[in-house]
Amino acid sequence: MEIFVQQVVSGLATGGIYGSVALALVMIYQATDVVNFAQGEMAMFSTYLAWSMLNAGVPYWAAFFATLAVAFVGGLAIERVVIRPVENAPVLTIVIVCIGLLVILNSVAGWLYSYIQKPFPSPFPAKPFKIGDIFFGAHDLGALGVTLLVLVVLYVFFRYTTLGLAMRAAAQNPVSSRLCGIRVGWMLALGWGFAALVGAVAGMMIAPIVFLDPNMMSGILIYAFASATLGGFTSPGGAVLGGLIVGVTENLVGTYVRFIGTELKLTVALAMILIVLLVRPSGLFGRVAVHRV
Amino acid sequence: MRRGQGWLRAIPPAALALGCVLPFLLSNFRLFQFTQVGIYAIALLGLNILTGYNGQISLGHGAFYALGAYTTAIMIDKWNVPYGWTIPVAGLVCLAVGFLFGIPALRLEGLYLALATFALALAVPQILKYFEYWTGGSQGIVLSKPEPPLGLGLSPDQWLYFVTLGVLVVLFVLGANLLRGRTGRAIVAIRDNPIAAQAMGVNSALYKSLTFGVSAAYTGVAGALSALAIAFVAPDAFNVFLSITFLVGIVIGGLASISGAIFGALFIQFVPNWAQEISKAAPWAMYGIFLIVFMYVMPRGIAGSLWLAWTRLARVGRTGRAG
Amino acid sequence: MALLEVADLEARYGWTKVLHGIRFAVEDGGITTILGANGAGKTTTLRAVCGMVRTAGEIRFDGARIAGRATEDIVRLGIAHVPEGRGTFMQLTVEENLRLGAYARRATGAPARDLARIYDYFPVLGERRSQTAGSLSGGEQQMLAVGRALMLRPRLLLLDEPSLGLAPLVAREIFRIVRAINREERVSILLVEQNVATALDLADHAYLLETGRVVVSGPSAELRRDDAIRRSYLGY
Repeated sequence: MEIFVQQVVSGLATGGIYGSVALALVMIYQATDVVNFAQGEMAMFSTYLAWSMLNAGVPYWAAFFATLAVAFVGGLAIERVVIRPVENAPVLTIVIVCIGLLVILNSVAGWLYSYIQKPFPSPFPAKPFKIGDIFFGAHDLGALGVTLLVLVVLYVFFRYTTLGLAMRAAAQNPVSSRLCGIRVGWMLALGWGFAALVGAVAGMMIAPIVFLDPNMMSGILIYAFASATLGGFTSPGGAVLGGLIVGVTENLVGTYVRFIGTELKLTVALAMILIVLLVRPSGLFGRVAVHRV
Repeated sequence: MRRGQGWLRAIPPAALALGCVLPFLLSNFRLFQFTQVGIYAIALLGLNILTGYNGQISLGHGAFYALGAYTTAIMIDKWNVPYGWTIPVAGLVCLAVGFLFGIPALRLEGLYLALATFALALAVPQILKYFEYWTGGSQGIVLSKPEPPLGLGLSPDQWLYFVTLGVLVVLFVLGANLLRGRTGRAIVAIRDNPIAAQAMGVNSALYKSLTFGVSAAYTGVAGALSALAIAFVAPDAFNVFLSITFLVGIVIGGLASISGAIFGALFIQFVPNWAQEISKAAPWAMYGIFLIVFMYVMPRGIAGSLWLAWTRLARVGRTGRAG
Repeated sequence: MALLEVADLEARYGWTKVLHGIRFAVEDGGITTILGANGAGKTTTLRAVCGMVRTAGEIRFDGARIAGRATEDIVRLGIAHVPEGRGTFMQLTVEENLRLGAYARRATGAPARDLARIYDYFPVLGERRSQTAGSLSGGEQQMLAVGRALMLRPRLLLLDEPSLGLAPLVAREIFRIVRAINREERVSILLVEQNVATALDLADHAYLLETGRVVVSGPSAELRRDDAIRRSYLGY
């Protein structure tokens, strides 16, 4: 029972991180119909920036928020500079540009910081918490808390502010949005900015667990795809929930199903997703796309 | 215009003639690279039939490439089957698996299909390692290079090149005929307007899964050839990046274009090497920049841009003569 | 002086020219209607005013040239467009749709008062304020589109076939409100409408378009007496 609860909590912690990267993917997908393959590398790069600041002696939370600011501006700039020239090109063309961005960020990070793994500090105490008879990793609980906090802030922003409303409108119906005086291009750029910010949080929360290296997000990105697919690419809440489900399932399957162990863990997660897709082709919470003839 | 098209029609035979003299001009290493180009071109044509012509995005064609390669490797390794027979068998195995995979995939739209196939590509190395008895696990299977028939006086590399070229020509001619005929029109109609296609009596479900099968078969044949060319198969060669590289190849080469498969193959074979030569420190950054710049300059791929340039030239030529 | 003055307006989609140099005006506080058959270029005319299509020629709003400016900027000058097909944000709530209408004048504040005013004109929207707009009927969506446009507190309202696809009673209700808006709030209106009789009743000036050219124009009362129009469009 103890092991079960511990595994569930640490599954929720990593699941929250999968979920937030998935959310970042969904935010960009809803606005532009593009899956941003560079999402993980953007997060990785932000985390390296945080590492540089920490290395230079900046206190953790100062570095944390400075990184968020840089990530936001960086995401915004990438949309304006790199994505904008192909805005009206076929979707696959934009996808290839994202892949180009992915290899550039990965390669430049390796060049600047080398491919050697680096430890990344956690802001939470190393000593485990004891609740009842069960020990919990403080970083697990902390990461889960930070992730949930970010999600709540985003929810409030999109739900209750005029700018958030305008961003949702621009994603849904660009033509009508222009007629309301909304600058649609800037809304897309803001979307990239927020996605980069969410990714940076995820990167800084996962790095203490998986260690920092230029390829650290590739595995996470795949789980984020799985989460977004599971929850449905049209549902931000679903993407987060999908992340939590994937995180917990992954942990429990790895622990309890002996013949699967760690080797086939990924395969099992993927098989699950395929099965869900066959039953619900738009994910668990996604809307079924309606096509005009 | 008619005279212009005559010119265009002369290009494939000219390219083929060039392809036939290449082996006698190049070093073995260069020749091997061109064999790779031929193999990639077959795989890319397969993916292009599915993604470019039929509009089903696959991020998992590396899986069929792997399936073809392992079919060949296992048949040679376990049962000593002559390599020539393994190529069509690899194609048929992939045809069947692709067709079967295509049936559930029918329910998935655009992005979800892309991600389902992506999952397939991700799972492949793990599955290959799991069935160690057949696949040799992480160690893979070592093969020996096919011997050229006696009396031709060709080196093994030259022979392999000609085998690849032969298969390529056959598959390209078959593919071109398929796509230009009734079937091809149905495949394209499903991409452009699925409901109207259905209303006109196109059995969209059957065509979509068949297209999936044919596409997988092409890619599987390419995989089989690559197993022979490299004389080695191992799970980690068939990672996700291979599938993404294929997608890059068809988009750069030009979607829904037969010649695009060859342009794309040249790109994915040679551009990474150039990138390496230009910047030793961060070669992939160079490659990424190439990708992005290419997409800015030619958002519809090489074939698309060439076609656009050609029609413009033809128009200018016509109006020039008229004026 | 006229609020909106258009001269020598041309517009094209790709290679096809749709408007061949038309001239019309909307008086300050007036209602102008553009009549014509399908494909005559009515919708394109409205889109041209909003900078949604490529144009050549002169468009002046309140004396200032607006041709060639971005749609977002034109909207900020106080031109609200109720587009063909209503442009509803289907997945947002009714109230969110209305709030978006006021987006361009965020600085001038007090959207609560505007919301109350809109719910006053269209009580049904008030009842359904927290439903998603996609669940509204066609007539309600048309009301929502007009309401959204009014949230801008526009000086000029462009209406593209507000009665299209609506039951006659609902259409009549919408026209009643359009007239009220014009009288009570002094909003000038440029109306595109297929129902020629209603449009001529409502408008003070009318222009008849045929394949991208103005063929008849003048005060509505005169056009109603014009034999050609009576025969082709009014049917008596």
